[in-house]
Amino acid sequence: MAVSRLFGARVKRRDDPQLITGKATFTDDVTLPGVLYAAVVRSPHAHARITRIDASRARRHPGVRAVFTGRDLADRLAPMPCAWLVPGCELKVPRRPVLADDRVRHVGEGVAVVVAEDRYAARDAAELVAVSYEPLPAVINQEEATRAGAPRLHDDVPDNTAFTWTTTGGDARAAFAAADVVIHQRFTNQRLIPNAMEARAATAHANPATGELTVWVTSQNPHIHRFVLSIVLKMPEHKLRVIAPEVGGGFGSKIPVYPEDALVAFLARELGRPVKWTEDRRENYLATIHGRDHITDLEIAARSDGTLLALRGRTYANLGAYLSLAAPGIPTILHGLMLAGAYTISAVEYTVHGVVTNTTPVDAYRGAGRPEATYLVERAVDLVAAKTGLDPAEVRRRNFIPKEKFPYTVPAGITYDSGDYDVALARALAMVDYEAFRREQAAARKAGRYLGLGLSTYVEICGLGPSPVAGAVGFQGGLYGSATVRMAPTGKVEVMIGESPHGQGEETTFAQIVADRLGVPFEDVEIVSGDTARTPMGWGTYGSRTTVVGSGAVVTACDRLIEKGRQIAAHLLEASPDDVVFQDGRFSVRGSPDRSKSIQEITLQATLAWNLPAGVEPGMEATAFYDPPNFVYPFGAHACTVEVVPETGEVRLLRYVAVDDCGRVINPMIVDGQVHGGIVQGIAQALLEEAVYDRNGQLLTASMLDYAVPRAPQVPRMETDRTVTPSPHHPLGLKGIGETGTIASTAAVANAVMDALAPLGITHLDMPYTPRRVWHAIQQRGEVRP
Amino acid sequence: MKVTITVNGAKTTHDVEPRLLLVHYLRDVLGLTGTHIGCDTTSCGACTVHLNGLAVKSCTLLAVQADGGEVRTVEGLARNGQLHPIQEAFWEEHGLQCGFCTPGMMMTALQILERHPKPTEDQIRHGLEGNLCRCTGYQHIVNAVQAAARKMEGQNAKRR
Ligand code: FES
Ligand code: FES
Repeated sequence: MAVSRLFGARVKRRDDPQLITGKATFTDDVTLPGVLYAAVVRSPHAHARITRIDASRARRHPGVRAVFTGRDLADRLAPMPCAWLVPGCELKVPRRPVLADDRVRHVGEGVAVVVAEDRYAARDAAELVAVSYEPLPAVINQEEATRAGAPRLHDDVPDNTAFTWTTTGGDARAAFAAADVVIHQRFTNQRLIPNAMEARAATAHANPATGELTVWVTSQNPHIHRFVLSIVLKMPEHKLRVIAPEVGGGFGSKIPVYPEDALVAFLARELGRPVKWTEDRRENYLATIHGRDHITDLEIAARSDGTLLALRGRTYANLGAYLSLAAPGIPTILHGLMLAGAYTISAVEYTVHGVVTNTTPVDAYRGAGRPEATYLVERAVDLVAAKTGLDPAEVRRRNFIPKEKFPYTVPAGITYDSGDYDVALARALAMVDYEAFRREQAAARKAGRYLGLGLSTYVEICGLGPSPVAGAVGFQGGLYGSATVRMAPTGKVEVMIGESPHGQGEETTFAQIVADRLGVPFEDVEIVSGDTARTPMGWGTYGSRTTVVGSGAVVTACDRLIEKGRQIAAHLLEASPDDVVFQDGRFSVRGSPDRSKSIQEITLQATLAWNLPAGVEPGMEATAFYDPPNFVYPFGAHACTVEVVPETGEVRLLRYVAVDDCGRVINPMIVDGQVHGGIVQGIAQALLEEAVYDRNGQLLTASMLDYAVPRAPQVPRMETDRTVTPSPHHPLGLKGIGETGTIASTAAVANAVMDALAPLGITHLDMPYTPRRVWHAIQQRGEVRP
Repeated sequence: MKVTITVNGAKTTHDVEPRLLLVHYLRDVLGLTGTHIGCDTTSCGACTVHLNGLAVKSCTLLAVQADGGEVRTVEGLARNGQLHPIQEAFWEEHGLQCGFCTPGMMMTALQILERHPKPTEDQIRHGLEGNLCRCTGYQHIVNAVQAAARKMEGQNAKRR
């Protein structure tokens, strides 16, 4: 059928009116009569034994209704589970109680909770809970944590190593033996803090009559929240309803189910009054997950003509004090399998040690494993270019997986669906005017100015994903998309999806798809998400999956309704179903267009059910679960130009060009927005952001004053374009776009800065490239040449 | 302590703790939850409102400091069901994704445009420096402020 009017159009978002008028309801905006406020007492120590908790003063504080400690809860609540149990890596999942009951293992871990009549009283009383600690030695760095004699966090995690995971494909040994060029480089992907602008919050209400517990929570995946909360609360799922109202950004940090979510639900059930908890930013930095934090030693084998032969490496991934919900899968499946990037590298041998340390748990942060991999491989390409004296663009062209080789299986065993990497690179080079820049750069160098250009020709795995693969890699869930499409008697359409968008715009793009598919007015379509009581089981919004798997379910459900409508229309029009065609919202008899019925008329007939063909059930409603046959693999070419000011070490971003290929585009305005936001988060890793701990495990960057989230004047105007290579296996030819910017941009900026510093003999620096770090590196090289 | 604050044109009077933050007065006492809280260090601007015509961070003022004053919040931007040009522009230019920073962004944008009716991109970016957005990368926000400037210029021209 014709994909017509709205697909591809720049349609304004329908969620916006409530957001721009201040009427939207975020979790902290949920107001319930008689609500109590919870405040969590948190550990000031990175590692300590709890010897005593005295809550008597807190209990006596005016307005306080209850205080619970970890010991009070130990038998009442199950430990927080980890849900990505990667096989074949001797994974150990240490126990993580909702509140620490014996030892604390990172600064900010909860030890008690206070509930009071208002926010201020709860905070005041939390200060009055006297906790005695016996401090223990702490370990922060993941390499140090694995050494003999390092403080051990968990009795059942020897060497603090929660897993050791290896991927091998091809014959790396032979490739290294045959190489003209072997490069060894140590890289770090520093620890980042996700910084969703809305911190976390939860509000719970127990219905005393039905025993039903409703939890409003800042979640990217309310069904996963319900699933996990039912385990922790030891409560059946049908008595739990989880609602993610408006959610103010997540970027992965709102995937995990957190101890506070379970606490608030428990407290509401226990106290018989609604309970609300809202995180402040400092808590967000200490108790909400962090991202990245890899230390990698990488060896690259290449021929002198720039052919990339093999990668061999070892990464120490810092997991923090406990294994957060998806933590083991991020530095392994979503990282190690993507190491070959967009290239025909024939062998990869890579080991990842997942290490626990006395730091905030680390989990999925935008891109989740893939930015780290892209940074490694894209830097590796540039190191090979530098070593062989070849142009980095040319090295890329020589190693790209050619268009005609798709579907293409990389050494790690995954199969890329489609790609045309050359075209994207050519477009980006044209946009940035590559040759002209190189001339300008050469002239500038003569004048003592340091310009650089960096490329990042990334490919990513997203649209998570086929459920059998999820199972095979230990993900404790399915990864299909789900949708119920329900037509009301008047022909209005409600679409309930199991994913949970929170700013990505699917309430608009899915309405575009449905309006086109069913031939109904856009205004007649409502997309419903974020409420387990209204939506079919689904796995949430992350991994650039919502548009991909969600749309698969939406079109499948629509097509079922069209098929049903065809049966009913044929019956009413006295024609054979084979002779009934559906177009632009009308069923008509082939060859006699005057004999026709609108989908609204058919829906009314289906609903009334007075005269349906034999075997056709009443109602116009269909639910579809779409399990994709493969992941999707968006790709693109980003180019960034910078100037490094040697006197100050400052990196000035000059231009940022992004050519992305996410297959067919439903709404270009929304795609641009996703790309921009992603790029800036990746630029931030390269230039600004780093979570820093001192040796005792105190987070030094524990506020927005100390942790450098980018601001408007710090980022350039980005120039975007697209190529379109549809995914061959997706019903609409879509690929994901939510993370590409972040996956690509860190490496592009890094390569640009290293290119700028090349005349000084600097081949590598660790991120972020703060003026201080760059300045020191330049100073160490001696005199800046005039 | 008793405070009287005019919020979006309506007089409000309440007995409050002296330490109550203005943002909590707006959100918890008045139920005007359009003004958000994104940090505890005056860094993010999610809480930006206008107090006596000046953009301020309402998380860093006590309600008592606003006593006798006039506050305008995001809820007071639209008039008579008519979106403010800044709101229209944010909608048309896709100046928001999750929308959490948006009320503060728009209140700051209003101040920028009051000071610079025809702002340069630099003036806009520097004007927005106190407001963080993690979703948009700022580009569409900057576009929205430019578009709002054009709309407001058109309106003023009509009025003249
Ligand atoms: S909440 Fe006021 S500046 Fe962040
Ligand atoms: S739109 Fe989400 S923080 Fe700005």
